Amino acid sequence: MKLSPRFRSLLVRIGPFLGLILVIALFSLPEETRGYFLTYHNFKIIFTQTVIVAIGALGMTLVIISGGIDISVGSGIALSSVVGALLIQHGWGTVAVVVGTVASGALLGLANGSAIAGLRMTPFIITLGMLGVARGVAKWLGDNQTVNYDASPINGWMTTASPFSHSLPPGVWVAVALAVLTAWILRSTVLGRHIFALGSNESAARLCGVPTTRLKVTVYVLAGCFTGLAGLFQLSRLRQGDPTVAVGLELDIIAAVIIGGASLNGGVGGVLGSMIGALIMSVLRNGSQQMGWPTYFQEIIIGLVIIAAVFVDRLRQGKGSG
Amino acid sequence: MLRLTGIRKAFGATQALRGVSLELEKGEVHALIGENGAGKSTLMRILSGACSPDGGTMELDGRPYVPDGPQGARAQGVAMIYQELNLALHLSLQENIVLGDERARFGWIDRRACRARAVAALAQLGHGDMDPDRPARACSVAEQQIAEIARALLGRPKVLIMDEPTSSLTQADAERLFAVILRLRAQGVSVVYISHFLEECGRVADRYTVIKDGETVGGGRMQDAGIGHLTRLMTGREVRELYPRTSHSPGPVILRAESVSSPPRLRRASLSLRAGEILGLAGLIGAGRTDLLRTMFGLDRLASGEVCIVGSPAARATPGNRWRQGVGLVSENRKEEGLMLNRSLADNLTLTKMGSFGRLGAVSAKRQQAAARRWIDALAIKCRGPAQLAGELSGGTQQKIALARLLEHPARIFLLDEPTRGIDVGTKVEIYRIIGELAAAGKAVLVVSSYLPELLGLCDTIGVMARGDLVDVRPRGHWTEEEILRVATGS
Repeated sequence: MKLSPRFRSLLVRIGPFLGLILVIALFSLPEETRGYFLTYHNFKIIFTQTVIVAIGALGMTLVIISGGIDISVGSGIALSSVVGALLIQHGWGTVAVVVGTVASGALLGLANGSAIAGLRMTPFIITLGMLGVARGVAKWLGDNQTVNYDASPINGWMTTASPFSHSLPPGVWVAVALAVLTAWILRSTVLGRHIFALGSNESAARLCGVPTTRLKVTVYVLAGCFTGLAGLFQLSRLRQGDPTVAVGLELDIIAAVIIGGASLNGGVGGVLGSMIGALIMSVLRNGSQQMGWPTYFQEIIIGLVIIAAVFVDRLRQGKGSG
Repeated sequence: MLRLTGIRKAFGATQALRGVSLELEKGEVHALIGENGAGKSTLMRILSGACSPDGGTMELDGRPYVPDGPQGARAQGVAMIYQELNLALHLSLQENIVLGDERARFGWIDRRACRARAVAALAQLGHGDMDPDRPARACSVAEQQIAEIARALLGRPKVLIMDEPTSSLTQADAERLFAVILRLRAQGVSVVYISHFLEECGRVADRYTVIKDGETVGGGRMQDAGIGHLTRLMTGREVRELYPRTSHSPGPVILRAESVSSPPRLRRASLSLRAGEILGLAGLIGAGRTDLLRTMFGLDRLASGEVCIVGSPAARATPGNRWRQGVGLVSENRKEEGLMLNRSLADNLTLTKMGSFGRLGAVSAKRQQAAARRWIDALAIKCRGPAQLAGELSGGTQQKIALARLLEHPARIFLLDEPTRGIDVGTKVEIYRIIGELAAAGKAVLVVSSYLPELLGLCDTIGVMARGDLVDVRPRGHWTEEEILRVATGS
């Protein structure tokens, strides 16, 4: 299939928006959900449910634009949430818990980045290995069970408990602020331009004096910070550290970024698109629940959406069916 | 036995072959000679069935020869040994030799029969002593090549095409290969032998055909032709006015390389480059010219030797340091290494100095685009604007952007690897003009090119590399095309 360049660039720009409108319309029309789906309260829930995937997708956007991939992010979220819960258990202050949790994610990113850049190995393989390692460490730290604690202000960051309160929970605002920050980094800093250059053509970037090895490590460490933060909000949502949480979440996150217009070949992508992609994933889950579809049906739909997104990615690349 | 008449082939706007004729007798070794880009590889790809000609006829044993794909060619008795060997490195030699032609009983592979066939093929080449069970990756290049020839023999070929078979062999291995070729000839196989090394062709071939610019320009019996005659046939052309002479005079030395080496391809090279000088590097493909540039620039590891950029503090050889010292490089692989095809023209132009377009790590897109626009005007770059993607532009325009990156940086030492490869004549002339102006402005330019008239027309000094060594550096007036070729081929 061949598309004209103009249509292709249009597809890149408005494709994610169209997708979002499509899924929202899909769930707004049927009798079963019409009354409730489009309400502010439901969207408050959808936004809150998006936070974890969205923050993970910010890191993944950096990684994918740089030409890499990180499939250890689901395990990383579980690991960070266990670390956070343990820190609360040990009586650390809230700020220290936040710093510690993010640092645990950054450490995972450092391990990923050093192995990928230092050993010159494929990101897929390294992070596949790290997916197992991080999950194992999380279970080890948590002694193979959930880590509970008495109370923490962190618990309130993701709550949608009160239907009468109109404001969105802090987690949503944090995600929005981080999205703006990441978009700025990508768009208007030397670091951002170098990340695009690395993903677009690593040899050319190297030839032009971009320190590619160091840059790769930086990208994975940054992504790790986002993973740690996503773990913190996972902790806030469950109010416990659960080493078995977020299994397969990396697929939602990668799908969000790809739906948002990033290319798995690197060099292309954007924060706004990734955030819309994350919203599409949440709307799909939220809507299917309200339709009363069984979870296996949701899984099938989300799987198909991922395939469709990668197919659209190929159309955008203009590679046809090769 | 094999007769080609008036073969034509075009790739897009480039006419690669304009009418090539070739006649091959049974049991002869026939040398196919021509410069880089003369059309030898295209002709061989047509012969071996990898692509089909636009016009002309091919006959094999008096019947029309129309191969559909390399398999078809093989079935009709034409096999090819490529310069790049194609072995499955994890399989043993004998498995490689019978690959794709395994004998099986009821779907089970008949190991004994396979092995026997492989051993027989090796013996036919006079290499029955090679251990057929060694994995290919443990064998030397020469042994792998023998295995590849043995594989071709299983198809009982009438014609065997060998493309630059000695380019990565030592002298002793090359001698053994000649013995194999003569053995094949004695068995009635016709060999088309492609090589830049004229002396080799003289030793091993019975007859020759010379092609130039996609046409057959000569041929005959090898023993009647001297090397001088062959070189004249290969190069006979007059192009001077393409190269606008800008008056410039070399100043002090600003780049000095001492005994630089980077195995395996770059063995030893020393040179000095002056401000306001255009230094050309000639040599065959694989002679180490690109490797010399890349090593000096820090893209390949500097195994030994020293590179000194006069006027800049010494720094480890990395591309980043070289840019800081005012050295820039244009890669011969525009698409793979030169440009970021899915990024904007402005990003491509300014990648080496992003930090200078803003403060504290921020980049001002406006200033970046203004810089790009300056070069778009100055070099008459045909594009919609600084935001257009590099991949949407023509080859010549892309090359101007790759060059403009060095101008924008700004570099004072320009390392240009095949700066005019694959671009149209008009843009070529513009690039020659830019290079001349650079030298006039006191910049130092090092040009690698496989196109000898270009080097002779453009450069003040020309160095010739052969098999990893920088053999000879002389002022332009002391070189002729024949002389360069003689040194480059070591004849």
